[in-house]
Amino acid sequence: MTTAATSATRSLPPPSERYTILGWLRKNLFSSLFNTVLTVVAVAFIVFILQSLLRWAFTSAEWGVIPANFNLIMRGRYPAAEAWRLWLVLYLLGGAVGMIWSLTTRQIGTALLVVFVLPFALMLVPFFSWAIRLNLLLVEVIGIGGYALGRYLPIERRGRAIAYLLIGYLILMLVVLRGFGEDANTLPAVPTTLWGGLLLSLLLAFFGIALSFPLGVLLALGRQSQLPAIRIASVIYIEFIRGVPLISLLFMGQVMLQLFLPDGFPTIDRVLRALVAITLFSAAYTAENVRGGLQSVSRGQHEAAQALGLSGYQTTMLIILPQALRAVIPVLVGQFIGLFKDTSLVALVGLFDLLGIARTVLANPDWLGTQQEIYVMVAGLYWIFSYMMSYASRRIEEQLGVGKR
Amino acid sequence: MSENTAVDEIIICQDVCKWFGEFQALKDVSLRVKAQEVVVIIGPSGSGKSTFIRCINRLEEHQAGTIVVDGIPLTRDVRHIEQIRSETGMVFQQFNLFPHLTVMENITLAPIHVRKLKKTEAQEIAMSLLNRVGIPEQADKYPGQLSGGQQQRVAIARSLAMQPKIMLFDEPTSALDPEMIKEVLDVMQELAETGMTMLVVTHEMGFAREVADRVVFMDSGEVVEVGTPEHFFTNAQQERTKTFLSQIL
Ligand SMILES: Nc1ncnc2c1ncn2[C@@H]1O[C@H](COP(=O)(O)OP(=O)(O)OP(=O)(O)O)[C@@H](O)[C@H]1O
Ligand SMILES: [Mg+2]
Repeated sequence: MTTAATSATRSLPPPSERYTILGWLRKNLFSSLFNTVLTVVAVAFIVFILQSLLRWAFTSAEWGVIPANFNLIMRGRYPAAEAWRLWLVLYLLGGAVGMIWSLTTRQIGTALLVVFVLPFALMLVPFFSWAIRLNLLLVEVIGIGGYALGRYLPIERRGRAIAYLLIGYLILMLVVLRGFGEDANTLPAVPTTLWGGLLLSLLLAFFGIALSFPLGVLLALGRQSQLPAIRIASVIYIEFIRGVPLISLLFMGQVMLQLFLPDGFPTIDRVLRALVAITLFSAAYTAENVRGGLQSVSRGQHEAAQALGLSGYQTTMLIILPQALRAVIPVLVGQFIGLFKDTSLVALVGLFDLLGIARTVLANPDWLGTQQEIYVMVAGLYWIFSYMMSYASRRIEEQLGVGKR
Repeated sequence: MSENTAVDEIIICQDVCKWFGEFQALKDVSLRVKAQEVVVIIGPSGSGKSTFIRCINRLEEHQAGTIVVDGIPLTRDVRHIEQIRSETGMVFQQFNLFPHLTVMENITLAPIHVRKLKKTEAQEIAMSLLNRVGIPEQADKYPGQLSGGQQQRVAIARSLAMQPKIMLFDEPTSALDPEMIKEVLDVMQELAETGMTMLVVTHEMGFAREVADRVVFMDSGEVVEVGTPEHFFTNAQQERTKTFLSQIL
């Protein structure tokens, strides 16, 4: 009796949303005649495209060009004797990613599994040497170590911990890559002219994002400043930069910069010049995107903060910016993905990024006629990293509950 | 009314004028509020009620007349403004909670960053305030997860956490569903009973009748009539007051 009474009042579990595969197919692909026709046509089209692509990939493509130039594609002319430094940077990256991951989320979700599996998957690439595989394993182990370590850090201070970690990592990475001086015994200098390939593309994107983001936020705030001088300067900067294409900034950096510098001024590193152009360019767009976010924060938020006695600076840092940035994460990530792909323009001013290296490989008579293979690979690499960025952005949004609060 | 000595008058407004462009929103508004007094401001829409109480903590700047809060003259001087703001709390119609912060963080933010309290200390105060407004179990939720009434109670707790001497309320229940109005009014009534000085813009005549020491009627930027609730609801003098009361009662 009593059990019957209690079970009657107990609420039912929510209806299950799981389908069988057949059920899913029927619901999503064959729900009506029109839908069925669409499905059939789409499948036929995909098969048609894939068929020729796959036929090409497995029969006529000469993939040998990639293993043969693998080092060049990955790191340009960075000396082989110093290549261990790149691995060191990757170990550190593994550790940092692991640690940041455990600081941002304490659950082990599917995303973590993907990251976890990634180095293992890479180890399966057929033409990799055992040395590469061993190094990948080390990256994995250190990443897991970082993850484990991160769990012991207090989660309350994670924002600060992550910021320190990123800044520390950036500096350490630069030191390791660049080295100290010509005749230093440990870490001899590797001039940036030798940096190339995927390494250079990723570095330009990484630093371009890391530097243009704060600059863009400052410009956005400057554009809303009460002080006319700051406001006008910000507007002029933003509107000037947005009015010129990136490639022209890159050329100006490479060709015209010397004209402005006094005689005898040491020539500035060419990679640095490209980085400056990319950063200045991206900052203007970041500023406009962030401004959109700033405007989306209601007047009431300012007033509530003022009424509580917060200063203008505190209001901006604690109330307005956090909300504004949250609102524009998707736009900013889209912009940063664009920045990553735009780094390929540096090939046109004579740097050997991924695209520049691809062109040098093609210029080599040994690899005549392998354009298709090379460009497919370049596109594939760009796609992988772009996709990872957009995936990470969705994770961050979920984590912050964007759109829910 | 009793004799007011300057000492226990905590808000003194004298001939306050305010223009929005050409439009004059406040016309020589004068009002003196004693410490621990509860003053309710009523009046038709657009009569300048919000503008008036927003002048008191400088969310709006008045252009003529004087405002003195707890002995501090309200001028352009930023230090005076800061001082006055730290002594007055304000509760808004739209709550204006910070949506990216939890309830606890909303309440402890200003004590930590303005009053420079230790985090644990601020949290203790916040917890006791949440108990006082009856929602201690919501501390770790985000504002978006609360009902309107709960949000407004959090907003009251957030203001109280700065230990203000004066609380300003701008139609605190106007954005609430009817069943939630009472829970907020109850909190306000309790607050009044603890001796808080309160300036309340509201359309809740029941609250005015029961809790107010004085009622102020404003119309088109002027204070038309001031009196006790009994005076207002039984024998209002001014024609405009009577018309307004007959419309809403
Ligand atoms: N920022 C502003 N710019 C221009 N005019 C304003 C501004 N704020 C208020 N006003 C005008 O000042 C007058 C008084 O407005 P206020 O908001 O103080 O009225 P209120 O009595 O609070 O009305 P309600 O009951 O609708 O809230 C209104 O006519 C309004 O249009
Ligand atoms: Mg109003």
